[in-house]
Amino acid sequence: MTSPVAPAPSAHRVEGLPSAAPGDASKRGPSRRAPWWLWVAAGLVLIPITLPIAALVVRVVGASEQALSILFDARTLELLVRSTLLTALVTAAAIVVGVGAAWITVRTDLAGRSVWAVLVALPLVIPSYVIALSFLSATGPRGLVARITGAELPVLDGLAGAWLALTLSTFPYVFLIVAAALRRIDPALEDAARGLGAPPFRVFRTVTLPQLRPAIGAGALLVALYTLSDFGAVSLMRFDTFTRVIYAQYAGRLDRTPAAVLSVALIVIALVIIWREERTRGSATYFSRRPNRTATPRHLGPLGRVSTTAALSFIVIAGLILPMAVLVSWVVEGSRLDAGVPVDWAAVGGSLLGSSLAAVAAMAAAIPVVVLTVRYRSRVSGWLERSVFVAFSLPHITVAIAVVFFSVRYLGPLYQSLTVLVVVYASVFLAQATGSAKASMLQVDPAVEEASRGLGRGLWRTLRSITIPLIRPGLLAGGALVFLTTMKELPATLLLRPTGFDTLAVDIWSAANELLYAQAASSALVLLAISAVPMYLLVLRQKAGSL
Amino acid sequence: MHRLTILVIAFAFGVAACSGSPESSDTVTVYSGRSEELIAPLIEQYEEQSGVDVSVRYGDSAELAATILEEGDRSPASVFLAQDPASLGAVALANLFTELPQELLSSVPERFSDRDGNWVGVSGRARTVVYDTVALSANDLPTTEDGLVDPQWTGRVGIAPTNGSFLAFVAAKILLDGEAATLDWLKGMQANESPTYAKNSTIVGAVVDGQAETGLVNHYYVLRALAEDPDAAAANYFFPEASAGSLIMPSGAGILIGSDAQDAAADFIAFLLSPGAQEYFAQETFEYPLVPGIEPFGVLPPLDAIPTPDIDLSDLAPMLDLATDLVAEAGLL
Repeated sequence: MTSPVAPAPSAHRVEGLPSAAPGDASKRGPSRRAPWWLWVAAGLVLIPITLPIAALVVRVVGASEQALSILFDARTLELLVRSTLLTALVTAAAIVVGVGAAWITVRTDLAGRSVWAVLVALPLVIPSYVIALSFLSATGPRGLVARITGAELPVLDGLAGAWLALTLSTFPYVFLIVAAALRRIDPALEDAARGLGAPPFRVFRTVTLPQLRPAIGAGALLVALYTLSDFGAVSLMRFDTFTRVIYAQYAGRLDRTPAAVLSVALIVIALVIIWREERTRGSATYFSRRPNRTATPRHLGPLGRVSTTAALSFIVIAGLILPMAVLVSWVVEGSRLDAGVPVDWAAVGGSLLGSSLAAVAAMAAAIPVVVLTVRYRSRVSGWLERSVFVAFSLPHITVAIAVVFFSVRYLGPLYQSLTVLVVVYASVFLAQATGSAKASMLQVDPAVEEASRGLGRGLWRTLRSITIPLIRPGLLAGGALVFLTTMKELPATLLLRPTGFDTLAVDIWSAANELLYAQAASSALVLLAISAVPMYLLVLRQKAGSL
Repeated sequence: MHRLTILVIAFAFGVAACSGSPESSDTVTVYSGRSEELIAPLIEQYEEQSGVDVSVRYGDSAELAATILEEGDRSPASVFLAQDPASLGAVALANLFTELPQELLSSVPERFSDRDGNWVGVSGRARTVVYDTVALSANDLPTTEDGLVDPQWTGRVGIAPTNGSFLAFVAAKILLDGEAATLDWLKGMQANESPTYAKNSTIVGAVVDGQAETGLVNHYYVLRALAEDPDAAAANYFFPEASAGSLIMPSGAGILIGSDAQDAAADFIAFLLSPGAQEYFAQETFEYPLVPGIEPFGVLPPLDAIPTPDIDLSDLAPMLDLATDLVAEAGLL
C-alpha cells in the first residue's frame, strides 16, 4: 500500500514553512478573474476520480435492495469491527512510539539526536507490505529463522502481524508532526511549572501534552486514514479488513455488487476521517509561531541515556534494520540454493515507466490548480484544493474498483490501457505535486507577474515565461514525490494494469502470496534501491533550503 | 520551460502509442486463470512455433470470469483459459463464448467439455486427500469426504476455503447432496476446527513439513512436492466411492464472442490439445491429459479408474456464488 497520506500537504503547513498568509496574494495583486481555460484545465484534473466514483455510487444505489442486505449483514459488521480495531490499535501504538521518539530526539541531550531523528523517520520510505513481507518470511515453519537455525518461531500474521507492520510504517507521521510541534512550543510555561515544583512527568502530562494535543491529533488521523486504506500489509498478513475483503469479493466472486457496496461503505468511512482530519489540521497550526527561545534539553542521567538509547534502537531495529536484514538474507539464501534470484526486469521497466509518466502528468496537472489556488483565491478554488486532497486520501482499492467499472463501460479502447492507469496515479497523487509547487508559488512575488501582464503579455504567456520557470524547483520536487509514491502503489496497479504490464509492487505482492520469499525479497530490494534516488534528491533539496 | 513542454508532449504521444495498439491478427489475448509458472513455458513454445504473439493476463479464474462478465462483448480477450469448469460455465451462461469448432470438442471425452460446445476441457485435475504417510495409512481414511466431519478428525484435516477448486468442489456437493447437507458438512468441518490455509500448495507444504496430517487438495500438488523432494512423507488418497470429493475437474478454454481473432484463438486452443501440450500437462504439471492416447504421470491411477460422481460440469457455474455464501455462513472464511 502506498501512503495515501504522505506528508506533503499537511506537513508543510504543520511545520510552518513560510506559508504566506492566505490573504497575501489577493491583497497585492489587482483582483482579476481567472480565465475560463484555467478553470477548465483544473476541472479536468478532478474528473478522473469523481466521475467513476459517482458512477459507482449510482450503481450501488441502483442495486439498493442487495446493497442494504450486504450492508446490514452480520459479516459486514464484523468487518467494521475488525477494521476499527486494527485502526485503533495501530493509531494508539503509533502515538506512543511517535510521541516518545519525538520527545527524546527534541527535548533531551541524548548524544547523536539529529542522526536518531533521521533514522527513526526512515521506515516511512519502506512500503507497509515490504515490512509485512519481512516479518512473515522470517517466522513460521518455512521462515528464514527456521531455515537458518532450525528453531521455529510461531508465524507472525493476522491481527498481531498487521498491527506491528502498520505501526512501524505509520508512526513516523506522528513523530514528524509532533517533533516539529515540540520545537515550537514556548518553554516558558513548562519552566514555570517546574519552578513551582512539579515533577518532570507531571509537567509533561499537564503542560506539554495539552499543547501537543492538536499535533498528536493531526498525526493520529493521518495514521488512522493510512491504516484504514492499507491493502498490502493486511492482505499479506491475512487479516480481513475492508480493503482485503473488498479485493477478495472482487477477485473471488462472479457478482461484483458486493465489492462495489463495500467500496462505497469504505469511501464514506474514509470521508468522515478526512473531514475530521481537515478540521484538526486547521487548529494544529496555532502554535506555528517561533518561540522566543528553545527549551533547554533535559539532561539525561546514565540510566536515562541507556533507556532512551535502547528505546530508539528498538524502533530502528524493528522498523528498518530487521526488515532490511531479512530481505538481504533471503536473496543470499535464494542464490545459495537455486541458481540465483533473477531480477524481474520487466517489472523494473513497468515500475519506472508508470512512475515517471505519473510524475510528469501530475506536474502538468498541478500547474492550473496551483495558479488558481494561490493567485485567484476564492471559495471555489478552496474547494478545488480540498478535492485534490480528498482524492489523495481515499483508499486506492475503492478508486480502482470505481475506475474499472467506469472504464469498461464508457472508455472503449482506453479500458485496461496504460493511459488510464497513469491518469489514476496522477490524480490520486496530485496533492503531492500541488503541495510542493504551492510552497514555491507562494514565494513568487505577484508583482513580477503583474509586470509581465502590464507589458502586454497574456496570462498564458506570463505563465510560460515567468511563473512556471519560477516555480519549477517546487514542481520538480513534487514530481519526485509522485514518482516515489507511485513506485510503491499496489491496489490500483493490481486492478488497472494493462495486460502484460508488471510492476515491482505487484511482483512483491504476488511472490509473497505464493510464498516465493526469495523472489519477493529481491524485488523489494530493487524497489527500495530505485526509491532511494529521488528520496536522496529530495533530502538534498531540503537541506539546501531551497524549498 | 521548453523542456517541460516537450516532456509533456512526448508523454502524451508515448502513452497514446502504448495504449492504442489494437489486437492485430498476429496477436491473441488470453485471460489465464492458470498460473504463469505453469503455463508460460507452454505459451512460449506456441509463440515460437506459430509466430503469433500471445499476450496473457494472469489472474484468479473466478476474477477473470467476473472481469469478462463485466466487459461483455467488449472484452479485449480472445481466449479464456480457466482452472475450473465453474468459471468457464459462468461465462457460458452469459452467452459470451462462441461455439467451438467440432474437431476441438471431439478431441476430448464428452464428459470433459461443455454440453453446448462453449468450452473444452484441456487437462484433468482430481480432488484428493493428501496425507502424512508416517502418521497415517490409506486404510485410516474414510470412503468419502462425509467421513471427515467425524469428531475423530478434529483439527486434522486442512482445507483452503477461499480457493477456487475448493469452491468448485462445494458447488459440486450442492448439486449432488443438496444445499442443506452441504452446509451441514461445512459446519461440521468448522466444528472440527479444521485448519484453514490460503491454497492447496500450502496445505501440501504443511503435510510435508509435518504440520498437518491430511488435507483436501488437487492431486498434482502432492506430485509436485514429491518431485521436489522424493523422500517427502506425503501421498494422494483417492476416495473409493463416487462423491464430490472424488470429482475430476477439467481446466478448460473457450473463445470469446467479441474477439476479432477467432481463428487464431481456435488455433491456440488446438495447440493446447495437441500431443505435445498434453504431454507437457502429464509430465510437467502432473495433471491428467484429456486427449485419449496420452498417458498420465507414472504413479497415477488411470482417469477411468477414478469413481466420479454423475454431474454435468456445465451445471456447476450457477452454484458458485451459493458455494461462497455457504462457506461464509459456516464460518470458514
